Amino acid sequence: MTAPTAVRSTRRTEASAPSSTPQKPKRYMFGMKKREAIAAWIFVLPSLIGFVAFYVWPALSGLYYSFTDFDLLTAPSFIGLENYQRLLADPLFWNAIGTTSYYVAINIGLQTVLALGIAVLMHRLTQSMVIRGIVMLPYLIANVIAALVWFYMFDYQFGIVNEIINGIGLDRVAFFGESDWAIPTVALINVWRHMGYTALLIFAGLQTIPKEVYEAGAIDGGSELRMFRSITLPLLRPVLAMVLVVTVTGSFQLFDTIAVTTQGGPVNSTRVINYYIFDMAFNRFDFGYGSAMALALFVLLAAFTFIQLRLTRANKSDLG
Amino acid sequence: MTTTITTPAVDDPAQLPRRAARRTKAPRPRLTVPRVLAWVAMGAVMLITLIPFYWMLRTSFSTSTSLGSDPGSLLPVDFTFGAYERVLGLATPAEALAEGGSGASINFWAYLRNSLIVATVTTIGQVLFCSMAAYAFARLQWKGRDLVFSTFIAALMVPPIFTTIPNFVTIRELGLLNTYAGIILPTLLMTPFAIFFLRQFFLGISREVEEAAIIDGAGPMRRFFQVILPLGSAPIATLAILTYITSWNEYFWPQLVGREEDVRVLTVALGVFRSQTPQGGPDWAGLMAATLIAALPILILFMFMGRRVINSIGYSGVK
Repeated sequence: MTAPTAVRSTRRTEASAPSSTPQKPKRYMFGMKKREAIAAWIFVLPSLIGFVAFYVWPALSGLYYSFTDFDLLTAPSFIGLENYQRLLADPLFWNAIGTTSYYVAINIGLQTVLALGIAVLMHRLTQSMVIRGIVMLPYLIANVIAALVWFYMFDYQFGIVNEIINGIGLDRVAFFGESDWAIPTVALINVWRHMGYTALLIFAGLQTIPKEVYEAGAIDGGSELRMFRSITLPLLRPVLAMVLVVTVTGSFQLFDTIAVTTQGGPVNSTRVINYYIFDMAFNRFDFGYGSAMALALFVLLAAFTFIQLRLTRANKSDLG
Repeated sequence: MTTTITTPAVDDPAQLPRRAARRTKAPRPRLTVPRVLAWVAMGAVMLITLIPFYWMLRTSFSTSTSLGSDPGSLLPVDFTFGAYERVLGLATPAEALAEGGSGASINFWAYLRNSLIVATVTTIGQVLFCSMAAYAFARLQWKGRDLVFSTFIAALMVPPIFTTIPNFVTIRELGLLNTYAGIILPTLLMTPFAIFFLRQFFLGISREVEEAAIIDGAGPMRRFFQVILPLGSAPIATLAILTYITSWNEYFWPQLVGREEDVRVLTVALGVFRSQTPQGGPDWAGLMAATLIAALPILILFMFMGRRVINSIGYSGVK
């Protein structure tokens, strides 16, 4: 920790000298450049190995597997576009896409509205670190844990939620056991886990809006609601757009919650795309078809992100 | 599910006293009706956030077999430490069976050890190698820098499931299924996010100090260890915490390559535990006790380092 200060003091004494000898630093810089490049590659090397081994190589072999029949035990055999033809005709694939989209719509819709509300509340009410900490808490525990707790709380017989529903005179609901309820229930669990974290992301965006804008709005006699609509929302657009891109992409990756609760059921109603791919590859050992579906998901997500960024003009701000 | 976009916000300790001063000077806002309503809404959010945690606690101190008789009780049903004793292997099989657990022993301590090993090694490796790379990307001049960096960042777009299938094949071919190495390797050397995160911070470190070290004759290696690492210790610590939490909570990859008992981590163990129904239904008290203990290290870490994590959430790129 003492190194930087020591270095700084030597610099002061030398700072006045260099202008008198212009060539010397130049030659010095030249030798250094080569040394710097070598050092840079040494610094990057471990990450580069990791990147090539666990990102580039799998991306390429995934692409290759998608054109093969591959069961892990024998070498992959090339079958051309067969996997993709199968994909187009596979009702379960389209069911998975539909289920996932339905989940993403509920999850993102609810989560974004709630997170925006929480962020604005925090922004207008308090800077408290304790409140921010509590809000973030669910995001810190594992998906598996969040899923298990709610699995218990939503239980048909023993769950507190059904106790309350029963208590106010309604019929108990089999949250995980009924096709119509399963996806909304899973979506709710993940809204609970992510809304606070998303709120903090939006909250960070809110803090970049200058106070003067609100003061000007207040002088003009704007109500809180009016200011939210005419100041907060428009100025927050780039942040909201980025948050949406990130949360939507994340939401499509749903797996853990399904794996520990419904495992795709009842009757495929929660067989989301990631779970279907997992099931195809690791339970039925159809790595070729699994890879084809994974690639389709990648293309889908990339297109979706591109459209989102275009529609929301995420990289352009209305501020300044 | 753990995609984050936390780019560095200012982690400047000098700001804290200023903020505190402002708070004491500013008059307390008057309590108007909308303000009270807003606080009520805030309270409701806190309540919804915290209730499941309380419910874990309440259930973990209950007797599993009695839970059915009073599922709505706000307090533990038939208070007992039995669930914890069962999970931690302190109860005899007979005792466990009597309280609704399974007679089989749960290797909780082994799972805890596995989680600790995996999260610790992953964190140390990833943080070290990624800060080295981030330094090269942020502060060194070399051909191909921008190309390599944008390729790294492009990898953020690839859905994990796509690379997971071939990675599983790789780990299997290396003979590393059901080993720590197999669980750790893919995230040991780098994640695009970690490099992106640290590079943002390193870009912000004042050039003056480093230039002084150059004039002093310090090579890149010495500058990294003696200038950048000390000056960047705050964001590096933040990244270490984030990596630790992510690694601790990871489920998908370890349940693929580390199912076997001796390398099984806590999240995977919880999934297995949940699918066991010793006496017709899951051992809820035991399960809740296990989830609480599994979450505890993260909760403790957050209690001490929370401010750092919260401050790291923000934007510098988005104006």
